[in-house]
Amino acid sequence: MSDFLTSDRLPGLIQAAYIIAAVCFIAALAGLSKHETAKRGNIAGMVGMGIALLATFVLAARNADLGYGRGLGVTLVIILVAMAVGAVVGAWRARTVEMTGMPELIAMLHSFVGLAAILVGFNSFLDHGPGHDALGTIHDVEVYVGVFIGAVTFTGSIVANLKLSARMKSSPLMLPGRHLLNLAIIVVSVALGVWFVGDEATFGDGEIGAGIVPLLVMTALALLLGFHLVAAIGGGDMPVVVSMLNSYSGWAAAAAGFMLGNDLLIVIGALVGSSGAILSYIMCKAMNRSFISVIAGGFGQGATAVDDTDYGEHREITADECAELLADARSVIITPGYGMAVAQAQYPVAELTAQLRARGVDVRFGIHPVAGRLPGHMNVLLAEAKVPYDIVLEMDEINEDFPEIDIVLVIGANDTVNPAAAEDPTSPIAGMPVLEVWRAHEVVVFKRSMATGYAGVQNPLFFRDNTRMLFGDAKAKVDEIIHHLPAGRGHDDHMRQPQVSR
Amino acid sequence: MQIGIPRESKPGETLVAATAKTVSQLVGLGYEVVVETGAGEAADQADDAFKGAGARIGTCEDAWEADVVVKVNAPTDDEIERLHKGATVIAMMAPARSPELVEKLQAQGVTALAMDAVPRISRAQSLDVLSSMANVAGYRAVVESAHEFGRMFTGQVTAAGKIPPARVFVVGAGVAGLAAIGAASAMGAIVRAFDVRPEVAEQVESMGAAFAQVEFEAEVSADGYAKEMTAEQEAATAAMYDEEARQADIVITTALIPGKPAPKLIRAETIANMRPGSVIVDMAAANGGNCEGTVTGERTVTDNGVTILGYTDLPGRLPAQTSQLYGTNVVNLLRLLTPEKDGQLTLDMDDVVQRGLTAVKDGESMWPPPPVQVSAQPQVAQKAAPEPEAPKPPPDPRRKYAAAGLAAGLFALAAAYSPSEFLNHFTVFVLAVFVGYYVISNVAHALHTPLMSETNAISGIILVGGILQVGSANAVTTALAAVAVLIASINIFGGFLVTLRMLEMFRKD
Repeated sequence: MSDFLTSDRLPGLIQAAYIIAAVCFIAALAGLSKHETAKRGNIAGMVGMGIALLATFVLAARNADLGYGRGLGVTLVIILVAMAVGAVVGAWRARTVEMTGMPELIAMLHSFVGLAAILVGFNSFLDHGPGHDALGTIHDVEVYVGVFIGAVTFTGSIVANLKLSARMKSSPLMLPGRHLLNLAIIVVSVALGVWFVGDEATFGDGEIGAGIVPLLVMTALALLLGFHLVAAIGGGDMPVVVSMLNSYSGWAAAAAGFMLGNDLLIVIGALVGSSGAILSYIMCKAMNRSFISVIAGGFGQGATAVDDTDYGEHREITADECAELLADARSVIITPGYGMAVAQAQYPVAELTAQLRARGVDVRFGIHPVAGRLPGHMNVLLAEAKVPYDIVLEMDEINEDFPEIDIVLVIGANDTVNPAAAEDPTSPIAGMPVLEVWRAHEVVVFKRSMATGYAGVQNPLFFRDNTRMLFGDAKAKVDEIIHHLPAGRGHDDHMRQPQVSR
Repeated sequence: MQIGIPRESKPGETLVAATAKTVSQLVGLGYEVVVETGAGEAADQADDAFKGAGARIGTCEDAWEADVVVKVNAPTDDEIERLHKGATVIAMMAPARSPELVEKLQAQGVTALAMDAVPRISRAQSLDVLSSMANVAGYRAVVESAHEFGRMFTGQVTAAGKIPPARVFVVGAGVAGLAAIGAASAMGAIVRAFDVRPEVAEQVESMGAAFAQVEFEAEVSADGYAKEMTAEQEAATAAMYDEEARQADIVITTALIPGKPAPKLIRAETIANMRPGSVIVDMAAANGGNCEGTVTGERTVTDNGVTILGYTDLPGRLPAQTSQLYGTNVVNLLRLLTPEKDGQLTLDMDDVVQRGLTAVKDGESMWPPPPVQVSAQPQVAQKAAPEPEAPKPPPDPRRKYAAAGLAAGLFALAAAYSPSEFLNHFTVFVLAVFVGYYVISNVAHALHTPLMSETNAISGIILVGGILQVGSANAVTTALAAVAVLIASINIFGGFLVTLRMLEMFRKD
């Protein structure tokens, strides 16, 4: 055993294992791009992780065996115990999480990466591993940047988690001069960084140099920054925030890789970092807003100014009337939004879909990219309720079809189906791509009240001639519709009434 | 309050103002319902069915004593006398064309609501009996014409030769016209249609007919009905009618002008030039007819063998469904008038719908109501569109290149002063960013959540850092590293397992 651990060939072997692991991770992400290959991708990721961990165990054992720090036995015991506890907790959370609670879980996992990055950074500072002396300054910068990103990710993700789980108000926190505050924190952090790097006393084995002071102060500031950044962003922008934090956690891991001179960490960090960045970009484009405007926060606050436009009256419909409409329809599109997740209505919606499909009605789903609080949130909820994924379509795939659709059910969505985005150039959401539900023959909107959506703008859809409002809890209402669906007789092609628009 | 449903007194009437289904809805609104025995016989609504739905079966007197009397046809003089003062009567009364009826209702001191005077606005569509009736009538007109027409509607190619499809020409694309178009094209005929409102061409085409064009400008109607045309337009249109009718096997006319007799569109000479065996269904017969030669309520055959049907009871020829539709319109009206669902009828004169159909209120004439303006066309934007902003000049591409060149230069300079070990790592980093970019760009939207949990899991790879630091001689470092290992493990195991769980759920049909 000892011979193996001290062999000269071992470092090369470990490097090879890391390269294989990196390839596995790339394969994992590539596999996740399609439904058909997604499971294979996940398995590739697990295999890669297994290889990487095994190689790292061996490396840690080798270090211990070579006499750096603690003995072999103690090191392995500590690692295994810590990992076992983490594994149990992780597996428990993964098994029990509700799919509607997915955004919170993801945000929480981001915060762990942030925290781990802080800890690794501090360790790297406190205990300078062997073989880095020539890279003093660069290493300091790496530690500093790594801790900074880790800290922002940590508190930012915690705030996101609290907002998503409704333990904190999801409306933006509006401090006076908040942009200035953020800027000041960044400037001070840079200044502290110069001090930190310039301080020669960052080396030492077991001794804490004076550099710890700027590092600690910066950490505190970065934690504050992370908190404030996300607190200023409202609940509806959370898809962007969560994917942004995903990106940050990647960069934090990459920074840790630089500190430790570990290419595997760098590769993974860069992969995750760019993945999160792309997701944020996609979400921003779906809202027709710049990344900066989302991150600067405060959206939906200025727009609540009194809107005295007279939109006319909205018309209501009852669940049994809606059931009759659906029974006679030939094609139905359901556009869900965050409200469906809140009401936990995905199961009745899936049941309704199954029943309508059994009657020969063509039922499909149209998903707006930012529907829900997490990229792809609606897809997961519908999949959980056993809606086949081939009838769940993206906005771009389905937007053309609305004029031929008999009935659109809007369940808990608001801004993502707002015709003002397409038609009113003065609207705060003007230019945002939306699901053009109003072009269908009939639209039924499930809503709790006439309140405005996240963007704080009134939705003229509710007052359209072909729109009916179905007020109440979405879950209860969908259940009622299922209950009232006339039994038996399949659907008849000649039942279509002449459509007269007035 | 009590609602009375009397038997219709008009000879030959098959309709009834309520069915078992609508009675139960009326009971749901808090009303007591009395149905005259035998009222629904002709519409397949037996007394027992009414009883089962919660109504009481009574005599003619019982029904007329009710606080609210609902019927189909306007009440006769005898019937008006049976109403008690303060009662409400709901029926189709055509108040615009029957001022003497309004006077009598006034004299009796009752409230009269005319179902056929519902304003033609979208909100009131669910109460609009004219639409309901016209829809049924349009369908029935095609059935009647098919019965008279001695040939098939659909074209066929058989071993014994080819059968050409029937040609149907529909005049007026209102509800009745569209229903007729739909029914005729469903039977396989070639359908052409015309309406003086060019904006309905799209609806005509959506029902499966071709829109016959006339070359002139017509104005957009403001009240949902067609208007009369100028002489010049009329000439062009008349020529078109002549042409289309001669080519057609079946002509169905539905043209009406509110408050005026129906326009004469198909002239005697046109009919004389139509092929023998052709059929004309004049759905405007009740208002004088669109054809010269229509006899209201009768079937006539011209000398050249063209059958003209002037039936006015087309909806009544499908009594069960028409009664159901009429009854549902009544229920929708009473739902509007009974906001509390407490069986108390209240009239709100500020509501244009309720005002529009009230002919007499407590013995006072409310006719005619103020006009309600609706347009079939989307409102033209009143306010001027905001000044289009001057398009930003596209940024000078040279600037972009210059910036990129500058960045590359700065980077090269920084790299020159960096140790090679850092540069090796940096190379890996930059390449990995680009690999990540291209790999992730293809991910389907639906898989974004699994992607995030997967990246979460693999960013737990920071665990590697922790593992390597646990062995440190420094106790603080060991402790911090152990915590890092613990939480990173949560990420790895939690992330992979939850991804697996989500991917298991995605399934195809």
